[in-house]
Amino acid sequence: MKHIQTVNKANLKETAAKGGCGKCQTSCQSACKTSCTIANQQCEASK
Amino acid sequence: MSNSIHRFRQGDMYIVLDVNSGGVHVVDKMVYDMLGLLNPPLSAEMPAVITEKMTDYPENELRECYGEIYSLYCDKILFSEDDYHQYAEMSIKAPIKAMCLHVSHDCNLRCKYCFAETGDFGTGRKIMTPETGRKAIDFLIEKSAGRQNLELDFFGGEPLMAWDTVKATVDYARSVEKQHGKNFRFTITTNGMLLDDEKIEYINREMSNCVLSLDGRKEVNDNIRITPNNKGCYDIIMPKYKKLVAGRKNEGRTDYYVRGTFTKFNLDFVEDVLHIAGEGFDQLSVEPVTAPEDVDYAITEKDLPVIFEGYDRLYDIMADSVEKTGKKPFNFFHYMIDLHQGPCAIKRLRGCGCGNEYVAVTPDGDIYPCHQFVGIDQWKMGTIYDGKVDQDIANYFAKTHIYSKEGCSDCWARFYCSGGCNATSFIYDGDVRKPNKLQCELMKKRIECGIALGVKMKGTE
Repeated sequence: MKHIQTVNKANLKETAAKGGCGKCQTSCQSACKTSCTIANQQCEASK
Repeated sequence: MSNSIHRFRQGDMYIVLDVNSGGVHVVDKMVYDMLGLLNPPLSAEMPAVITEKMTDYPENELRECYGEIYSLYCDKILFSEDDYHQYAEMSIKAPIKAMCLHVSHDCNLRCKYCFAETGDFGTGRKIMTPETGRKAIDFLIEKSAGRQNLELDFFGGEPLMAWDTVKATVDYARSVEKQHGKNFRFTITTNGMLLDDEKIEYINREMSNCVLSLDGRKEVNDNIRITPNNKGCYDIIMPKYKKLVAGRKNEGRTDYYVRGTFTKFNLDFVEDVLHIAGEGFDQLSVEPVTAPEDVDYAITEKDLPVIFEGYDRLYDIMADSVEKTGKKPFNFFHYMIDLHQGPCAIKRLRGCGCGNEYVAVTPDGDIYPCHQFVGIDQWKMGTIYDGKVDQDIANYFAKTHIYSKEGCSDCWARFYCSGGCNATSFIYDGDVRKPNKLQCELMKKRIECGIALGVKMKGTE
């Protein structure tokens, strides 16, 4: 495309269909302890 | 403008986030402006409002732009719909898989902003016994049902003041994890004062992550993080942190964070980030203090412009490094957003899992939803000694998600912050389901910077 560059191929909709296994890290255990950020966690199933 | 997309500028880029698919697009100014005029559903024919409002552009180019937008709309990565409600309450009756173990309700520092009231959470200074530590392991194994990976963070107060309990707990867990089909991942959050060679070696062997508290420049750190006799701790902890991190780096590991808190006293916190990086650390997290507005170090709404400038400057420094070297100069926790493979949408609906999949346990074995709720009677969920967990509280947290929190279901950032920190909401506004607006604004700014940095990194991954 000339005017739009799509950066990522990931689609959250697809992750919903396969997700919810609950194996992933609990986000507050990483570094924050006060400022929950979820999107920087890894998917355990995709490791 | 539709709230199913979010447009923002960061540095030299116009970026559009498709909120519900997670699609990230870098666009030119014409597309950026056009998207501000469009609302779904789109049709193949360009709406008349475009030519009426965008008179500075030739019509043939407008039609070309619209064609690209419409193509992405048809691919469901622009103006896509939120259809995740069906998953919102999937975690009801989820097993407990993570624990914040308060081995010490005592501390050898008296940090002025401590939410734990200088270590004892207002409940008296106590050290957890090894017996209670082992009991906590049994409790977690039992309650985790089919979950294999179990996380346990040694916390306090200062956990190194309960070193015997830390070791006894780890050693016990290691001795029983295989027979139960579990894999324990230990982490520790420490102020570093009691680190020595033996502890460093043990932590680097057993802990899959460690969080090392340091606020940045010596004068900033030592203004807040002080000993009981009012001396700064910087000179004591810095060489110990360097030794610990060197041990991990020697094995090619990056699983640590030097973590600082910034307050109104250092709104130029970027200087502190750069100072920590300059000391050789490359996994950094420097975060705004959580505090009621009436304390002198609290961050308030009027501080936001200065903080945003700081976040922009930090982004510029990191993006510049990516452009010149292909690499980030360091990892900054709040800018770490993987645009290609983050957590699944279901995980993103409810955040940290506190009170449901994640609990905190005090030195006496009492259970709370997380470390920040400890000592607040209404949130006590039970005790590990009888193994009973208040299911009303657990279900309340299971049902606390972006569709039940005030203001989240319309917010573009909802799949990145997942409704924010439940405890912070309670501390600020007395309601777990009412996210604090100040924290939301800070979060949104950081997410924009993180997405933009992800865009910059794309060319090098």
